Amino acid sequence: MSQYQLNAEAKRRRGSLERKKTLVALSFIAPNFIGFALFTLIPVIVAVFMSMTEWNGGSLSTMKWVGFQNYARIFEIPQRYIDRLEDPNIFAILGVFFEKVDIGIALKNTVTYTIITVPLTLVCSILLALVLNKAVKCAVAFRAILFFPYVSSTVAICVCWNFMMMKNGPINQLLMFFGSTFNKTWTADSNMAIWAVIIVSVWKSMGYYMVIYLAALQGIPRELYEAATVDGANKRQQFFHITLPQLSPTTFFVSVMLVIGCFKVYDTVALMTGGGPGRATKMLVTYTIDEFNAFKYGSACAIAMVLLVLVLTVTIIQFRMEKKFSAD
Amino acid sequence: MSENALPSGQAIRPTNPLASRIGKILLYIALILLSAVTLVPFVWMLSSSLKLDREVFEFPIRWIPKTFHWENYSLIWTKAPMLMYFKNTAIVAICVTCIQTLTSSFAAYSFAKLEFKGRDTLFLCYIATIAVPWQAYMIPQFIEFRAIGLYDKLTAIMVLQAFSAFGVFLMRQFYRGIPTELCEAARIDGLSEYGIWARIMLPLSKAAIATLVIFTFIGTWNDYMGPMIYLTTESVKTIQVGLRRFIQENSSDYHLIMAASMVSLIPVSVVFLCLQRYFIEGIATSGLKG
Repeated sequence: MSQYQLNAEAKRRRGSLERKKTLVALSFIAPNFIGFALFTLIPVIVAVFMSMTEWNGGSLSTMKWVGFQNYARIFEIPQRYIDRLEDPNIFAILGVFFEKVDIGIALKNTVTYTIITVPLTLVCSILLALVLNKAVKCAVAFRAILFFPYVSSTVAICVCWNFMMMKNGPINQLLMFFGSTFNKTWTADSNMAIWAVIIVSVWKSMGYYMVIYLAALQGIPRELYEAATVDGANKRQQFFHITLPQLSPTTFFVSVMLVIGCFKVYDTVALMTGGGPGRATKMLVTYTIDEFNAFKYGSACAIAMVLLVLVLTVTIIQFRMEKKFSAD
Repeated sequence: MSENALPSGQAIRPTNPLASRIGKILLYIALILLSAVTLVPFVWMLSSSLKLDREVFEFPIRWIPKTFHWENYSLIWTKAPMLMYFKNTAIVAICVTCIQTLTSSFAAYSFAKLEFKGRDTLFLCYIATIAVPWQAYMIPQFIEFRAIGLYDKLTAIMVLQAFSAFGVFLMRQFYRGIPTELCEAARIDGLSEYGIWARIMLPLSKAAIATLVIFTFIGTWNDYMGPMIYLTTESVKTIQVGLRRFIQENSSDYHLIMAASMVSLIPVSVVFLCLQRYFIEGIATSGLKG
């Protein structure tokens, strides 16, 4: 009997101790978590539902549940375009979708921008890291200089690049010196506008990824190179057979970060081209903001969900692949 | 791998002093060129900011202005309330940095060193939202902020930035590297959990805190999209949206725009130059936040 009572007493004590520990632990998390839950977690959940409503931001009672209509509307190809097609096969229809429909154009531009920006940034940052890794003197100073664009404000540098890429601006002057005949304002030309955005993006972010690559380069064991030298491998072989393979986990990580970053591009586009000329640089986020500014909150959310799906897909692929990398 | 590329005797050639010196010189020339290319926009910005407006697009470009028009730099303050923009941004950036660092290190201690039911699930919640882009949920957030009366207030930008999951994640990663025995020893000595956080964890995590402080400060200072959506009244605008407005209102005063842009870069440059070591080391170790 008394044994039983003792046991119960001990259990109760342990229980209350446990509870106290949990309370203390939660009290540490609470200040951050309350802010996080209120301003991030809840909006994330609400966003999914809001994409299925129609609302112009008036009183809450005017909010209307419309199911998947927003999605249907943004992805709809107007019948008049299809009627105009001589041979309405699937490719022709897809062509119309990516040429005429807002979301199609936004998707096409975002993907084009991503496909060009990611490899360019990768190559530039690896090259910078390789050169910097060799230099002993002043490495810190060079590193700081090459990194600086990343910390400078987008508004200031975008306006600067915009001016530099204007008609008769220094960039066109330089290109004409090398025999180019192009002398228009880049951001007003529907073919060059996206390149203007890409150049600025690469220039701004290459220093950041260079730093990540530098750390990775310094992590490659020296013995690998020594062994290769003994085996008679030259510098080029060493680069392709040691350096690049050793960097591949970093390259994978960096590419994922870059792809996600590119999908979310807004500032550079908004500040340089505003999505124009016409719809030439309209991106997913630019489109969302346009709808938001037009008080079409439901469809703005639906477009944002398209972005979310894209980003989550890339993240899930990353997760899967990472497991593979660590298993190897 | 081909073995005929070099006879093995030559492969381990002792470095030829002349060749290696030439290699070094080429390397430094390459570095200087790369740095120059990186800095060209800033140099052009500086040079244009000291010119007259019609001189900016002179052909061929003159890198050093004929006469230095320093008055451009005093003119911009009269054209727009730049000082107020700076003040607003400073208030926001400092508040966000303080709240962010404090609450994240607090929460991170719990996630890293305390044990309780549901800890890992809760942490997973945090991590999952790092993957969700802000643009995906900014509209419900905007509506929520408007409903609680934060629209067009500086507080909105503070709240927006201060509770990011990223800070918690960064600090947790660092705390996990601190031996748990330290905490246990302190517990036996009778220190409460709060005491352990304040007297052991905080002093040990100076490097991580420095990283977080710089990340947050520079991120908030340079944030454009948040203030663009939330702030409309002139008196609460931050420097980024303020500068944007300056550009739109004086769109043909190229020299003044460049001067204002130059000025807007100064605070961040100073912070970066002073603390760049922490910043760069922080990226190298955490490699996060793109």
